[in-house]
Amino acid sequence: MLRFLATRTLGAAITLAVKSFIIFSLIGLMPGDPLDLLSQANPEATPEQIATLRSIYGVDQPLGDRYWNWLTAALHGDLGYSRIQHRPVLEVIIPALGNTLILTGIAFVVSVIVAVFLGTIAATHKGGWTDRLINLLAYAGISVPSFWLGLILIYLFAVKLGWMPAGGMPHAEDGPRIWINHLTLPVLALVMVEIGGLTRYARAAMLEVLGQDYIRTARAKGLTQGRLLLRHALRNSLIPVVTIVAFGFGHLFSGALIIENIFAWRGMGRLILEAIMGNDYNLALVCLLITTAMILLANILADLAYTWLDPRITLGGRRR
Amino acid sequence: MSAAAPERAVSVWRLRWRRLARDPAALLGLAVLLTLVAICYAAPLVERAIGVSGIDSDLFSRFAPPDATHWLGADDAGRDELARLLWGGQISLSIGLLGALGASVIGTVIGAIAGYARGKTDMVLMRITDGFISLPVLPLLIILAALDLKKLGFSDAFIRSGAAGYWRIVVILTLLGWTGVARLVRASTLALAEREFVLAARAQGASAFWILTVHILPNAVSPVIVSTTLAMGRVILAESALSFLGVGIQPPQTSWGSMLTNAQELIGNAPELAVYPGLLILVTVIAINFLGDGLQAAFDPRSDSR
Repeated sequence: MLRFLATRTLGAAITLAVKSFIIFSLIGLMPGDPLDLLSQANPEATPEQIATLRSIYGVDQPLGDRYWNWLTAALHGDLGYSRIQHRPVLEVIIPALGNTLILTGIAFVVSVIVAVFLGTIAATHKGGWTDRLINLLAYAGISVPSFWLGLILIYLFAVKLGWMPAGGMPHAEDGPRIWINHLTLPVLALVMVEIGGLTRYARAAMLEVLGQDYIRTARAKGLTQGRLLLRHALRNSLIPVVTIVAFGFGHLFSGALIIENIFAWRGMGRLILEAIMGNDYNLALVCLLITTAMILLANILADLAYTWLDPRITLGGRRR
Repeated sequence: MSAAAPERAVSVWRLRWRRLARDPAALLGLAVLLTLVAICYAAPLVERAIGVSGIDSDLFSRFAPPDATHWLGADDAGRDELARLLWGGQISLSIGLLGALGASVIGTVIGAIAGYARGKTDMVLMRITDGFISLPVLPLLIILAALDLKKLGFSDAFIRSGAAGYWRIVVILTLLGWTGVARLVRASTLALAEREFVLAARAQGASAFWILTVHILPNAVSPVIVSTTLAMGRVILAESALSFLGVGIQPPQTSWGSMLTNAQELIGNAPELAVYPGLLILVTVIAINFLGDGLQAAFDPRSDSR
């Protein structure tokens, strides 16, 4: 177990290092550099002064050297400043990360529960009208543009009915009612987009399990349908669903980026877009790295969840 | 094929078409797609027939309600909404097709090399593929869309042209879908490379390129067709998201996604303008997914769990 965690963490660290270089290079290809922005802001600065600053900040060095300088500073805990917010990058990111985790965490739990529930109903009513209805819902979920769904929800529930705010961020000291009010629409939009694919996986997994011999045996000994599903089928059908969810964390996060921007939710997705649009290279870089790290972490957690769901799988060894 | 069918041999493609033709959802999807393509590419004809323009703005008919001239009304710049939807459809649909095709080509090449070469090449290529899968896709797409083409050595004239904006999005979206195709093609190649006809070709001294293109890839084509179809839907969704966020298709060009860029402001006074483009994206992508799943079932009847 510990050995597994150690190798996986090491692997993830290496992957993260490689990806940090790729992301660093990409950000370097974005328009302008920090000193272009500085020289725009200070028209009096002579080209010589700018050139001097360039060499002081190391902007004129080759990519490899710049990356190395950045990496050594980052490993010493210096991730730099945000240009638009004039604060250390981490100070900007941590509250945003918390907000994103609240939004995606709730959406994640709700999506899995709803998808497994719908998938199980569809599988046990295979071919019937409930199955078809759920299938159509799933198709709509994977086919709808999430930003448009968000706009429609705003139009219906905020503009027309006025039940909820069209967006915005409650304060930490606000009561749970206000938080729920603000969270309902973004969570609803994210869940509707996420459950499309998940429901289809849950249904396929449940169908596969229901075709197994031990289910027939359990049925033959007279188990009720509910007990059969809960005690025998559900756990095994969850295994492929967990894989999809964990490896789909990137998908959930991409969805959250759009939803956060529509509902003005002050999370990582909104921050990343602001950073890229505002040429805040340092902030964009660290945001992307943290997101990548979270995806890698989710993959490790998925492997741990496997062993909990299916004790036959041993960690570290080759999976069957 | 089977000894029990004495009348005459039926080609596998005909069999597949027959299976597809029995699937109402897939046929509906195909029909909807073909209709949309036909109508969108008839945009100039439609404009001339009705006497409107989706390109020229007319400030006297801003937010005009639907009537005999503007069948769906006019947008915030007085452009005919219907005509604009058709022009935008040309861009959205063609980007979907080109992005998906590009992804299949890259995925096929990488998957075939990995599956045929095996060993270290396979390991390295699959590591790269896995690495791609766990990247935060949308933020990276936004960065790629914001890259400075000048730093990549393109000329100023090219960067300012409309074609650059269009092809930039196509290339970026190509990067989105190739990983799935690569895995499929690799799996098929691994299995096919063990077959007798490949061994026979190898024994006769055929080159790896010949074996791959003549013996292996034609036999691996059906999963590629399915995943290309499904990738088209994802590419269209991604394009619309990028354009909505303002980093995709730029004016004067229009796509369904870019028509929604300022929809958040429109939703108060002209909500229907925010509804139409999204509805078309939804219908298109559902049609593509119906067709893709129908193709999957037609190509591989065992996979059909419906």
